[in-house]
Amino acid sequence: MDGYFHSVRIAPERCTGSMACLKVCPTEAIRVRRGKAAILEDRCIDCGECARVCPRNAIVPQTSSFTDFARFQYTIALISPVLYGQLRKEVMPRTIVAALRKIGFDEACDVACASEAVSTAVDEYLASYRGPLPLLSPFCPTIVRLIQARYPDLIDLLIPIDSPMEIAARDIRQKKMKELGLRREEIGVIYLTPCPAKMVAIKYPPRKKKSHIDGAIAISDIYHPLLAATSDMSGDACKDGQSVTGSGLGWPVLGGQVLSLRAERSLAVGGLDDVERILEEIENGKLGDIQYVECHACPQGCCGGSLTVDNPYVTRGKMLSLLARFGGTPCQDRETVRELYHRNYFSLPGKISSRPLAPLDQDIAKAIEKRKRVQEICRVLPQINCGACGAPTCLSFAEDVVLDQAPLQDCVVLMARQAPSEAGSGKDHAA
Amino acid sequence: MSNEPVFCQRFEISGKDFINAGKASTTIKAILREIGIQPAVIRRAAIACYEAEMNVVLYARKAIIELRVTPQEIRIRVEDEGDGIPDVGLAMQPGYSTASDEIREMGFGAGMGLPNIKNNADTLQIHSVVGRGTTLEMAIGL
Repeated sequence: MDGYFHSVRIAPERCTGSMACLKVCPTEAIRVRRGKAAILEDRCIDCGECARVCPRNAIVPQTSSFTDFARFQYTIALISPVLYGQLRKEVMPRTIVAALRKIGFDEACDVACASEAVSTAVDEYLASYRGPLPLLSPFCPTIVRLIQARYPDLIDLLIPIDSPMEIAARDIRQKKMKELGLRREEIGVIYLTPCPAKMVAIKYPPRKKKSHIDGAIAISDIYHPLLAATSDMSGDACKDGQSVTGSGLGWPVLGGQVLSLRAERSLAVGGLDDVERILEEIENGKLGDIQYVECHACPQGCCGGSLTVDNPYVTRGKMLSLLARFGGTPCQDRETVRELYHRNYFSLPGKISSRPLAPLDQDIAKAIEKRKRVQEICRVLPQINCGACGAPTCLSFAEDVVLDQAPLQDCVVLMARQAPSEAGSGKDHAA
Repeated sequence: MSNEPVFCQRFEISGKDFINAGKASTTIKAILREIGIQPAVIRRAAIACYEAEMNVVLYARKAIIELRVTPQEIRIRVEDEGDGIPDVGLAMQPGYSTASDEIREMGFGAGMGLPNIKNNADTLQIHSVVGRGTTLEMAIGL
Protein backbone atom coordinates (compact mmCIF):
# COMPACT_ATOMS: atom_id res chain seq x y z
CA MET A 1 0.00 0.00 0.00
CA ASP A 2 1.72 3.19 -1.11
CA GLY A 3 -0.53 6.19 -0.59
CA TYR A 4 -2.78 6.03 2.43
CA PHE A 5 -6.50 6.36 2.42
CA HIS A 6 -7.46 8.51 5.35
CA SER A 7 -10.64 8.88 7.37
CA VAL A 8 -10.73 12.63 6.86
CA ARG A 9 -9.92 15.05 4.05
CA ILE A 10 -9.37 18.78 4.26
CA ALA A 11 -11.55 20.92 2.00
CA PRO A 12 -9.12 23.79 1.28
CA GLU A 13 -11.85 26.10 0.03
CA ARG A 14 -13.45 26.04 3.48
CA CYS A 15 -10.25 26.07 5.56
CA THR A 16 -9.43 29.45 7.07
CA GLY A 17 -6.26 28.29 8.80
CA SER A 18 -7.78 28.72 12.25
CA MET A 19 -5.35 26.15 13.68
CA ALA A 20 -7.84 24.41 15.98
CA CYS A 21 -6.92 21.12 14.29
CA LEU A 22 -3.19 21.76 14.67
CA LYS A 23 -3.40 21.66 18.45
CA VAL A 24 -5.61 18.60 18.92
CA CYS A 25 -3.84 16.24 16.55
CA PRO A 26 -2.28 13.58 18.80
CA THR A 27 0.43 12.62 16.31
CA GLU A 28 1.33 16.15 15.18
CA ALA A 29 0.20 15.25 11.68
CA ILE A 30 -1.17 18.67 10.71
CA ARG A 31 0.67 21.71 9.43
CA VAL A 32 -0.85 25.02 8.47
CA ARG A 33 1.05 26.37 5.47
CA ARG A 34 0.11 29.51 3.56
CA GLY A 35 -3.06 29.79 5.62
CA LYS A 36 -4.38 26.28 4.90
CA ALA A 37 -4.21 23.13 6.97
CA ALA A 38 -2.66 20.03 5.43
CA ILE A 39 -2.39 16.48 6.75
CA LEU A 40 0.98 14.69 6.79
CA GLU A 41 -0.32 11.41 5.43
CA ASP A 42 2.22 9.08 7.01
CA ARG A 43 1.62 10.50 10.49
CA CYS A 44 -2.20 10.51 10.51
CA ILE A 45 -3.80 7.70 12.50
CA ASP A 46 -7.40 8.53 11.50
CA CYS A 47 -8.72 9.47 14.93
CA GLY A 48 -10.88 12.27 13.51
CA GLU A 49 -10.17 14.69 16.38
CA CYS A 50 -9.37 17.42 13.85
CA ALA A 51 -12.79 17.08 12.21
CA ARG A 52 -14.44 17.34 15.62
CA VAL A 53 -12.88 20.73 16.42
CA CYS A 54 -12.81 22.44 13.03
CA PRO A 55 -14.96 25.58 13.35
CA ARG A 56 -15.56 25.69 9.58
CA ASN A 57 -16.37 22.01 8.98
CA ALA A 58 -13.44 22.07 6.60
CA ILE A 59 -12.27 18.63 7.66
CA VAL A 60 -14.60 16.16 6.06
CA PRO A 61 -15.02 12.57 7.26
CA GLN A 62 -14.63 10.20 4.32
CA THR A 63 -17.73 8.13 4.85
CA SER A 64 -20.13 6.94 2.17
CA SER A 65 -23.37 8.59 1.11
CA PHE A 66 -26.67 6.88 0.33
CA THR A 67 -26.19 7.27 -3.42
CA ASP A 68 -22.98 5.20 -3.29
CA PHE A 69 -25.14 2.11 -2.84
CA ALA A 70 -27.50 2.52 -5.80
CA ARG A 71 -25.51 -0.19 -7.63
CA PHE A 72 -26.69 -2.91 -5.25
CA GLN A 73 -29.91 -4.85 -5.74
CA TYR A 74 -30.25 -5.48 -2.05
CA THR A 75 -28.90 -3.33 0.77
CA ILE A 76 -28.29 -4.32 4.37
CA ALA A 77 -27.68 -1.77 7.12
CA LEU A 78 -25.23 -3.09 9.68
CA ILE A 79 -26.05 -1.46 12.98
CA SER A 80 -23.28 -0.44 15.34
CA PRO A 81 -24.88 -0.86 18.77
CA VAL A 82 -23.91 2.78 19.43
CA LEU A 83 -26.97 3.68 17.39
CA TYR A 84 -29.27 2.14 20.01
CA GLY A 85 -28.04 4.74 22.47
CA GLN A 86 -28.55 7.70 20.17
CA LEU A 87 -32.31 8.09 20.02
CA ARG A 88 -34.94 8.70 22.66
CA LYS A 89 -34.69 6.35 25.58
CA GLU A 90 -37.86 4.47 24.78
CA VAL A 91 -36.83 3.65 21.21
CA MET A 92 -35.87 0.00 21.48
CA PRO A 93 -33.34 -1.69 19.23
CA ARG A 94 -36.06 -3.65 17.43
CA THR A 95 -37.81 -0.39 16.54
CA ILE A 96 -34.61 0.95 15.04
CA VAL A 97 -34.27 -2.18 12.93
CA ALA A 98 -37.82 -1.66 11.67
CA ALA A 99 -37.21 2.05 11.05
CA LEU A 100 -34.11 1.36 8.96
CA ARG A 101 -36.22 -0.87 6.71
CA LYS A 102 -38.65 1.99 6.38
CA ILE A 103 -35.91 4.45 5.39
CA GLY A 104 -35.04 2.30 2.42
CA PHE A 105 -32.64 -0.43 3.47
CA ASP A 106 -33.89 -3.87 2.48
CA GLU A 107 -32.63 -5.38 5.68
CA ALA A 108 -31.05 -4.22 8.94
CA CYS A 109 -28.72 -6.38 10.91
CA ASP A 110 -27.50 -5.95 14.45
CA VAL A 111 -23.77 -6.14 15.31
CA ALA A 112 -24.16 -6.52 19.09
CA CYS A 113 -24.83 -10.24 18.70
CA ALA A 114 -21.54 -10.68 16.80
CA SER A 115 -19.82 -8.63 19.52
CA GLU A 116 -20.97 -11.16 22.09
CA ALA A 117 -19.64 -14.00 19.92
CA VAL A 118 -16.31 -12.19 19.48
CA SER A 119 -16.06 -11.83 23.28
CA THR A 120 -16.38 -15.60 23.57
CA ALA A 121 -13.73 -15.99 20.87
CA VAL A 122 -11.39 -13.63 22.76
CA ASP A 123 -11.96 -15.65 25.93
CA GLU A 124 -11.06 -18.86 24.09
CA TYR A 125 -7.97 -17.22 22.61
CA LEU A 126 -6.83 -15.95 26.02
CA ALA A 127 -7.40 -19.35 27.62
CA SER A 128 -4.95 -21.13 25.31
CA TYR A 129 -2.46 -18.28 24.78
CA ARG A 130 1.00 -18.74 26.31
CA GLY A 131 3.01 -15.80 24.92
CA PRO A 132 3.92 -12.40 26.35
CA LEU A 133 1.18 -10.37 28.04
CA PRO A 134 -0.88 -8.24 28.02
CA LEU A 135 -2.72 -8.81 24.76
CA LEU A 136 -4.40 -5.82 23.14
CA SER A 137 -7.83 -5.38 21.60
CA PRO A 138 -7.58 -4.84 17.83
CA PHE A 139 -11.09 -3.44 17.34
CA CYS A 140 -10.44 0.31 17.32
CA PRO A 141 -8.86 1.04 13.91
CA THR A 142 -7.15 4.17 15.25
CA ILE A 143 -5.44 2.17 17.99
CA VAL A 144 -4.18 -0.31 15.39
CA ARG A 145 -2.81 2.62 13.36
CA LEU A 146 -1.21 4.12 16.45
CA ILE A 147 0.53 0.86 17.25
CA GLN A 148 1.67 0.40 13.64
CA ALA A 149 3.21 3.87 13.63
CA ARG A 150 4.55 4.38 17.15
CA TYR A 151 4.68 1.02 18.91
CA PRO A 152 5.66 -1.40 16.14
CA ASP A 153 7.19 -3.81 18.65
CA LEU A 154 3.76 -4.25 20.25
CA ILE A 155 2.03 -5.34 17.02
CA ASP A 156 2.19 -9.02 17.96
CA LEU A 157 0.15 -8.29 21.09
CA LEU A 158 -2.89 -7.36 18.97
CA ILE A 159 -5.29 -10.31 19.16
CA PRO A 160 -5.73 -11.95 15.73
CA ILE A 161 -9.52 -12.09 15.88
CA ASP A 162 -11.79 -10.36 13.41
CA SER A 163 -14.02 -7.47 14.45
CA PRO A 164 -17.72 -7.91 15.22
CA MET A 165 -18.72 -5.75 12.26
CA GLU A 166 -16.81 -8.03 9.88
CA ILE A 167 -18.24 -11.21 11.41
CA ALA A 168 -21.79 -9.82 11.28
CA ALA A 169 -21.34 -8.64 7.68
CA ARG A 170 -20.05 -12.01 6.52
CA ASP A 171 -22.88 -13.89 8.23
CA ILE A 172 -25.73 -11.73 6.98
CA ARG A 173 -24.36 -11.61 3.43
CA GLN A 174 -24.07 -15.39 3.24
CA LYS A 175 -27.51 -15.82 4.69
CA LYS A 176 -29.08 -13.41 2.21
CA MET A 177 -27.20 -14.83 -0.79
CA LYS A 178 -28.70 -18.24 -0.01
CA GLU A 179 -32.13 -16.93 0.85
CA LEU A 180 -32.54 -14.66 -2.16
CA GLY A 181 -30.34 -16.40 -4.71
CA LEU A 182 -28.24 -13.24 -5.16
CA ARG A 183 -24.54 -13.00 -6.03
CA ARG A 184 -22.03 -11.50 -3.62
CA GLU A 185 -21.71 -8.25 -5.54
CA GLU A 186 -25.45 -7.75 -5.75
CA ILE A 187 -25.73 -7.31 -1.99
CA GLY A 188 -24.47 -4.14 -0.34
CA VAL A 189 -23.59 -4.37 3.34
CA ILE A 190 -23.34 -0.90 4.83
CA TYR A 191 -22.06 -0.15 8.31
CA LEU A 192 -23.72 2.65 10.27
CA THR A 193 -20.61 4.00 11.89
CA PRO A 194 -19.91 6.08 14.99
CA CYS A 195 -16.50 7.21 13.69
CA PRO A 196 -14.61 7.78 10.43
CA ALA A 197 -11.80 5.40 11.39
CA LYS A 198 -14.04 2.40 10.64
CA MET A 199 -14.06 3.52 7.01
CA VAL A 200 -10.29 3.01 6.92
CA ALA A 201 -10.70 -0.45 8.46
CA ILE A 202 -13.21 -1.24 5.69
CA LYS A 203 -10.99 0.06 2.88
CA TYR A 204 -7.80 -1.48 4.26
CA PRO A 205 -8.73 -4.16 6.78
CA PRO A 206 -5.73 -5.22 8.85
CA ARG A 207 -4.63 -8.84 8.32
CA LYS A 208 -6.80 -9.47 5.24
CA LYS A 209 -7.24 -8.34 1.66
CA LYS A 210 -10.87 -7.37 1.53
CA SER A 211 -13.53 -6.35 3.98
CA HIS A 212 -16.95 -8.00 4.07
CA ILE A 213 -18.43 -4.50 4.24
CA ASP A 214 -19.04 -2.27 1.22
CA GLY A 215 -19.08 1.13 2.88
CA ALA A 216 -20.03 3.10 5.95
CA ILE A 217 -22.63 5.78 6.56
CA ALA A 218 -22.11 8.17 9.48
CA ILE A 219 -24.58 7.80 12.33
CA SER A 220 -24.84 11.60 12.17
CA ASP A 221 -26.03 11.32 8.55
CA ILE A 222 -28.70 8.72 9.33
CA TYR A 223 -29.88 10.35 12.54
CA HIS A 224 -32.52 12.68 11.15
CA PRO A 225 -34.14 10.24 8.71
CA LEU A 226 -34.20 7.74 11.55
CA LEU A 227 -35.80 10.19 13.97
CA ALA A 228 -38.52 10.93 11.43
CA ALA A 229 -39.08 7.24 10.75
CA THR A 230 -39.37 6.29 14.41
CA SER A 231 -41.56 9.22 15.44
CA ASP A 232 -44.69 8.04 13.62
CA MET A 233 -44.09 4.35 14.04
CA SER A 234 -46.87 2.39 15.65
CA GLY A 235 -46.31 -0.61 17.89
CA ASP A 236 -47.29 -2.91 15.01
CA ALA A 237 -44.32 -1.98 12.89
CA CYS A 238 -42.02 -3.27 15.59
CA LYS A 239 -43.45 -6.74 15.63
CA ASP A 240 -41.49 -8.10 12.70
CA GLY A 241 -38.22 -6.69 14.02
CA GLN A 242 -35.93 -9.04 15.89
CA SER A 243 -35.03 -8.23 19.47
CA VAL A 244 -31.44 -7.54 20.42
CA THR A 245 -29.95 -9.13 23.51
CA GLY A 246 -26.66 -10.17 24.99
CA SER A 247 -23.48 -8.77 26.48
CA GLY A 248 -22.53 -7.33 23.08
CA LEU A 249 -24.83 -4.41 23.85
CA GLY A 250 -22.16 -3.16 26.23
CA TRP A 251 -19.38 -3.08 23.62
CA PRO A 252 -19.78 0.61 22.66
CA VAL A 253 -19.21 1.67 26.25
CA LEU A 254 -15.66 1.97 27.60
CA GLY A 255 -15.15 -1.22 29.59
CA GLY A 256 -17.94 -3.06 27.80
CA GLN A 257 -15.59 -5.59 26.22
CA VAL A 258 -13.94 -6.30 29.54
CA LEU A 259 -17.37 -6.75 31.18
CA SER A 260 -18.35 -9.29 28.56
CA LEU A 261 -15.20 -11.36 29.01
CA ARG A 262 -14.65 -14.15 31.48
CA ALA A 263 -10.95 -13.26 31.71
CA GLU A 264 -10.44 -11.73 35.14
CA ARG A 265 -7.20 -9.84 34.70
CA SER A 266 -8.14 -7.24 32.14
CA LEU A 267 -8.50 -3.49 31.93
CA ALA A 268 -10.09 -0.90 29.66
CA VAL A 269 -8.52 2.36 28.58
CA GLY A 270 -9.99 5.18 26.50
CA GLY A 271 -8.57 8.39 25.05
CA LEU A 272 -5.32 8.50 23.08
CA ASP A 273 -3.30 10.15 25.87
CA ASP A 274 -4.11 7.44 28.35
CA VAL A 275 -3.82 4.67 25.78
CA GLU A 276 -0.32 5.92 24.97
CA ARG A 277 0.58 5.92 28.66
CA ILE A 278 -0.54 2.31 28.93
CA LEU A 279 1.34 1.34 25.75
CA GLU A 280 4.47 3.06 27.14
CA GLU A 281 4.16 1.00 30.30
CA ILE A 282 3.85 -2.18 28.27
CA GLU A 283 6.92 -1.18 26.25
CA ASN A 284 8.76 -0.67 29.54
CA GLY A 285 8.02 -4.28 30.39
CA LYS A 286 5.18 -3.56 32.81
CA LEU A 287 1.59 -4.83 33.09
CA GLY A 288 2.65 -8.40 32.33
CA ASP A 289 0.11 -9.60 34.91
CA ILE A 290 -2.79 -8.29 32.80
CA GLN A 291 -4.26 -10.61 30.15
CA TYR A 292 -6.24 -8.21 28.01
CA VAL A 293 -6.33 -4.47 27.47
CA GLU A 294 -9.39 -3.00 25.79
CA CYS A 295 -8.16 0.15 24.02
CA HIS A 296 -10.25 2.92 22.50
CA ALA A 297 -9.06 6.12 20.86
CA CYS A 298 -12.17 7.90 22.15
CA PRO A 299 -12.29 8.52 25.92
CA GLN A 300 -15.83 7.10 26.22
CA GLY A 301 -15.27 4.26 23.77
CA CYS A 302 -17.33 4.08 20.56
CA CYS A 303 -20.22 5.86 22.34
CA GLY A 304 -18.19 9.04 21.96
CA GLY A 305 -17.18 8.53 18.33
CA SER A 306 -16.84 11.75 16.33
CA LEU A 307 -19.78 10.84 14.06
CA THR A 308 -22.26 10.31 16.87
CA VAL A 309 -24.92 12.90 17.62
CA ASP A 310 -25.92 12.59 21.24
CA ASN A 311 -23.74 13.51 24.21
CA PRO A 312 -21.40 10.57 24.85
CA TYR A 313 -22.26 10.44 28.53
CA VAL A 314 -25.98 10.34 27.76
CA THR A 315 -25.37 7.60 25.21
CA ARG A 316 -23.32 5.73 27.78
CA GLY A 317 -26.20 5.92 30.26
CA LYS A 318 -28.65 4.60 27.70
CA MET A 319 -26.33 1.77 26.67
CA LEU A 320 -25.82 0.73 30.28
CA SER A 321 -29.56 0.64 30.87
CA LEU A 322 -30.07 -1.44 27.70
CA LEU A 323 -27.32 -3.74 28.91
CA ALA A 324 -28.99 -4.08 32.28
CA ARG A 325 -32.33 -4.96 30.64
CA PHE A 326 -31.26 -7.18 27.77
CA GLY A 327 -27.60 -7.99 28.39
CA GLY A 328 -28.27 -10.98 30.61
CA THR A 329 -29.97 -13.03 27.89
CA PRO A 330 -27.27 -14.49 25.66
CA CYS A 331 -27.79 -13.87 21.98
CA GLN A 332 -26.18 -17.13 20.91
CA ASP A 333 -25.42 -20.42 22.57
CA ARG A 334 -21.89 -20.17 23.98
CA GLU A 335 -20.99 -23.76 23.13
CA THR A 336 -21.92 -23.18 19.48
CA VAL A 337 -19.70 -20.09 19.38
CA ARG A 338 -16.83 -22.03 20.99
CA GLU A 339 -17.12 -24.71 18.36
CA LEU A 340 -17.06 -22.06 15.64
CA TYR A 341 -13.98 -20.54 17.26
CA HIS A 342 -12.15 -23.86 17.13
CA ARG A 343 -13.02 -24.11 13.45
CA ASN A 344 -11.19 -20.76 12.98
CA TYR A 345 -14.40 -18.91 12.32
CA PHE A 346 -13.12 -15.75 14.03
CA SER A 347 -9.40 -16.00 13.41
CA LEU A 348 -7.38 -13.72 11.20
CA PRO A 349 -4.18 -15.48 10.16
CA GLY A 350 -2.57 -12.50 8.37
CA LYS A 351 0.17 -10.29 9.80
CA ILE A 352 -0.25 -6.62 10.65
CA SER A 353 2.63 -4.72 9.10
CA SER A 354 4.42 -2.00 11.00
CA ARG A 355 4.29 1.49 9.58
CA PRO A 356 6.94 3.32 11.56
CA LEU A 357 7.32 7.05 11.02
CA ALA A 358 10.20 7.93 8.74
CA PRO A 359 13.37 8.87 10.65
CA LEU A 360 15.09 12.20 10.01
CA ASP A 361 17.39 10.37 7.59
CA GLN A 362 17.76 6.78 6.39
CA ASP A 363 21.49 7.00 7.10
CA ILE A 364 22.01 6.80 10.83
CA ALA A 365 25.04 9.13 10.93
CA LYS A 366 23.12 11.75 8.95
CA ALA A 367 20.07 11.26 11.17
CA ILE A 368 22.22 11.92 14.24
CA GLU A 369 23.58 15.10 12.63
CA LYS A 370 20.06 16.22 11.81
CA ARG A 371 18.80 15.49 15.31
CA LYS A 372 21.67 17.63 16.64
CA ARG A 373 20.56 20.48 14.40
CA VAL A 374 16.98 20.04 15.65
CA GLN A 375 18.34 20.38 19.20
CA GLU A 376 20.35 23.50 18.27
CA ILE A 377 17.36 25.12 16.58
CA CYS A 378 15.17 24.26 19.59
CA ARG A 379 17.56 26.22 21.81
CA VAL A 380 16.86 29.45 19.91
CA LEU A 381 13.13 28.90 19.58
CA PRO A 382 10.85 30.45 22.23
CA GLN A 383 9.50 27.05 23.44
CA ILE A 384 6.01 28.43 23.85
CA ASN A 385 4.47 26.12 21.25
CA CYS A 386 2.28 28.95 19.94
CA GLY A 387 1.66 27.30 16.59
CA ALA A 388 1.95 30.56 14.66
CA CYS A 389 4.59 28.99 12.40
CA GLY A 390 2.05 26.38 11.34
CA ALA A 391 3.63 23.52 13.28
CA PRO A 392 2.08 22.38 16.55
CA THR A 393 5.19 22.63 18.73
CA CYS A 394 8.62 24.29 18.63
CA LEU A 395 10.16 20.80 18.44
CA SER A 396 8.09 19.78 15.42
CA PHE A 397 8.88 23.12 13.78
CA ALA A 398 12.61 22.55 14.34
CA GLU A 399 12.28 19.16 12.64
CA ASP A 400 10.44 20.76 9.73
CA VAL A 401 13.27 23.32 9.39
CA VAL A 402 15.94 20.62 9.40
CA LEU A 403 13.99 18.63 6.81
CA ASP A 404 13.63 21.78 4.64
CA GLN A 405 9.88 21.75 5.05
CA ALA A 406 9.79 25.22 6.59
CA PRO A 407 12.15 28.24 6.80
CA LEU A 408 13.31 29.37 10.25
CA GLN A 409 11.82 32.78 9.45
CA ASP A 410 8.37 31.25 9.93
CA CYS A 411 8.92 31.62 13.68
CA VAL A 412 7.26 34.96 14.30
CA VAL A 413 8.59 35.24 17.85
CA LEU A 414 12.16 34.82 16.67
CA MET A 415 11.61 37.31 13.86
CA ALA A 416 10.09 39.87 16.25
CA ARG A 417 13.11 39.56 18.54
CA GLN A 418 15.53 40.02 15.67
CA ALA A 419 13.55 42.77 13.96
CA PRO A 420 15.33 45.83 15.45
CA SER A 421 18.81 44.67 14.48
CA GLU A 422 17.83 43.28 11.09
CA ALA A 423 15.44 45.96 9.94
CA GLY A 424 15.29 46.09 6.18
CA SER A 425 17.04 42.76 5.60
CA GLY A 426 14.24 40.44 6.74
CA LYS A 427 12.89 39.73 3.27
CA ASP A 428 15.01 36.73 2.47
CA HIS A 429 12.75 33.69 2.77
CA ALA A 430 14.74 31.46 0.50
CA ALA A 431 16.15 29.27 3.30
CA MET B 1 36.59 8.84 15.72
CA SER B 2 36.56 12.61 16.20
CA ASN B 3 34.51 13.16 13.04
CA GLU B 4 31.84 10.76 14.19
CA PRO B 5 28.55 12.52 14.88
CA VAL B 6 27.42 12.38 18.49
CA PHE B 7 23.99 13.33 19.70
CA CYS B 8 23.90 14.23 23.37
CA GLN B 9 21.06 15.32 25.62
CA ARG B 10 20.70 15.58 29.38
CA PHE B 11 17.64 15.15 31.58
CA GLU B 12 17.22 16.11 35.20
CA ILE B 13 15.31 13.68 37.41
CA SER B 14 14.04 14.31 40.93
CA GLY B 15 13.67 11.62 43.56
CA LYS B 16 10.09 10.87 44.67
CA ASP B 17 8.70 12.70 41.64
CA PHE B 18 6.20 10.01 40.71
CA ILE B 19 4.15 12.35 38.52
CA ASN B 20 6.97 12.75 36.01
CA ALA B 21 8.56 9.35 36.53
CA GLY B 22 9.22 7.73 33.16
CA LYS B 23 9.05 10.92 31.10
CA ALA B 24 12.77 11.04 30.39
CA SER B 25 12.64 7.46 29.08
CA THR B 26 9.67 8.36 26.88
CA THR B 27 11.51 11.36 25.42
CA ILE B 28 14.64 9.28 24.88
CA LYS B 29 12.56 6.70 23.04
CA ALA B 30 11.12 9.40 20.76
CA ILE B 31 14.62 10.69 19.97
CA LEU B 32 15.84 7.18 19.13
CA ARG B 33 12.86 6.72 16.80
CA GLU B 34 13.65 9.97 15.00
CA ILE B 35 17.22 8.84 14.53
CA GLY B 36 15.92 5.63 13.00
CA ILE B 37 17.16 3.06 15.52
CA GLN B 38 15.59 -0.40 15.08
CA PRO B 39 12.42 -0.91 17.18
CA ALA B 40 13.85 -3.95 18.98
CA VAL B 41 16.94 -1.95 20.05
CA ILE B 42 14.79 0.99 21.10
CA ARG B 43 12.74 -1.34 23.26
CA ARG B 44 15.84 -2.65 25.06
CA ALA B 45 17.14 0.87 25.59
CA ALA B 46 13.71 1.97 26.81
CA ILE B 47 13.39 -0.81 29.37
CA ALA B 48 16.92 -0.29 30.70
CA CYS B 49 16.50 3.48 30.83
CA TYR B 50 13.09 3.26 32.47
CA GLU B 51 14.38 0.94 35.20
CA ALA B 52 17.30 3.28 35.87
CA GLU B 53 14.98 6.28 35.94
CA MET B 54 12.64 4.52 38.39
CA ASN B 55 15.61 3.65 40.60
CA VAL B 56 16.37 7.36 40.88
CA VAL B 57 12.75 8.24 41.61
CA LEU B 58 12.45 5.50 44.22
CA TYR B 59 15.81 5.68 45.97
CA ALA B 60 17.85 8.81 45.14
CA ARG B 61 17.51 12.56 45.71
CA LYS B 62 18.13 13.59 42.14
CA ALA B 63 20.04 12.61 39.05
CA ILE B 64 21.23 13.61 35.61
CA ILE B 65 20.51 11.20 32.79
CA GLU B 66 22.77 11.69 29.81
CA LEU B 67 21.94 10.13 26.48
CA ARG B 68 24.67 9.81 23.84
CA VAL B 69 23.99 8.35 20.44
CA THR B 70 26.65 7.60 17.84
CA PRO B 71 26.35 5.47 14.69
CA GLN B 72 27.90 2.65 16.76
CA GLU B 73 26.03 2.72 20.03
CA ILE B 74 23.52 4.19 22.45
CA ARG B 75 25.11 5.15 25.76
CA ILE B 76 23.03 6.13 28.78
CA ARG B 77 24.69 7.44 31.93
CA VAL B 78 22.68 8.00 35.09
CA GLU B 79 24.53 9.91 37.80
CA ASP B 80 22.56 10.25 41.01
CA GLU B 81 22.97 11.92 44.37
CA GLY B 82 21.73 9.51 46.98
CA ASP B 83 22.63 6.94 49.60
CA GLY B 84 24.66 4.79 47.25
CA ILE B 85 24.69 1.00 47.07
CA PRO B 86 26.82 -0.69 49.79
CA ASP B 87 27.11 -4.02 47.95
CA VAL B 88 26.69 -3.75 44.20
CA GLY B 89 27.13 -7.50 43.72
CA LEU B 90 24.20 -8.16 46.02
CA ALA B 91 22.07 -5.48 44.35
CA MET B 92 22.64 -7.20 41.00
CA GLN B 93 21.06 -10.42 42.26
CA PRO B 94 17.54 -10.91 40.94
CA GLY B 95 15.02 -10.52 43.76
CA TYR B 96 17.34 -8.64 46.09
CA SER B 97 15.83 -5.33 47.18
CA THR B 98 16.15 -2.81 49.99
CA ALA B 99 12.78 -1.28 49.12
CA SER B 100 10.59 -0.05 51.94
CA ASP B 101 7.06 -1.37 52.42
CA GLU B 102 5.82 1.92 51.01
CA ILE B 103 7.68 1.36 47.74
CA ARG B 104 6.48 -2.25 47.56
CA GLU B 105 2.93 -1.03 48.10
CA MET B 106 3.32 0.97 44.88
CA GLY B 107 4.22 -2.15 42.97
CA PHE B 108 7.96 -1.56 42.84
CA GLY B 109 10.87 -3.01 44.75
CA ALA B 110 10.74 -6.53 43.32
CA GLY B 111 14.51 -6.56 43.10
CA MET B 112 14.50 -6.74 39.29
CA GLY B 113 15.68 -3.21 38.46
CA LEU B 114 19.41 -3.70 38.04
CA PRO B 115 19.11 -7.28 36.70
CA ASN B 116 16.65 -5.97 34.11
CA ILE B 117 19.05 -3.23 33.07
CA LYS B 118 21.85 -5.78 32.78
CA ASN B 119 19.68 -8.07 30.67
CA ASN B 120 18.75 -5.35 28.23
CA ALA B 121 22.06 -3.48 27.91
CA ASP B 122 25.16 -4.90 26.21
CA THR B 123 27.42 -3.46 28.89
CA LEU B 124 26.66 -2.05 32.32
CA GLN B 125 29.05 -0.38 34.73
CA ILE B 126 28.07 0.67 38.22
CA HIS B 127 30.14 2.89 40.43
CA SER B 128 28.73 3.70 43.82
CA VAL B 129 29.95 5.62 46.86
CA VAL B 130 27.93 5.08 50.02
CA GLY B 131 26.51 8.38 51.23
CA ARG B 132 27.28 10.15 47.94
CA GLY B 133 25.50 8.40 45.12
CA THR B 134 25.60 5.94 42.28
CA THR B 135 26.67 6.29 38.66
CA LEU B 136 25.41 3.79 36.21
CA GLU B 137 26.56 3.63 32.62
CA MET B 138 25.04 1.34 30.08
CA ALA B 139 25.67 0.86 26.39
CA ILE B 140 23.74 -0.85 23.63
CA GLY B 141 25.51 -1.50 20.35
CA LEU B 142 23.79 -0.68 17.05
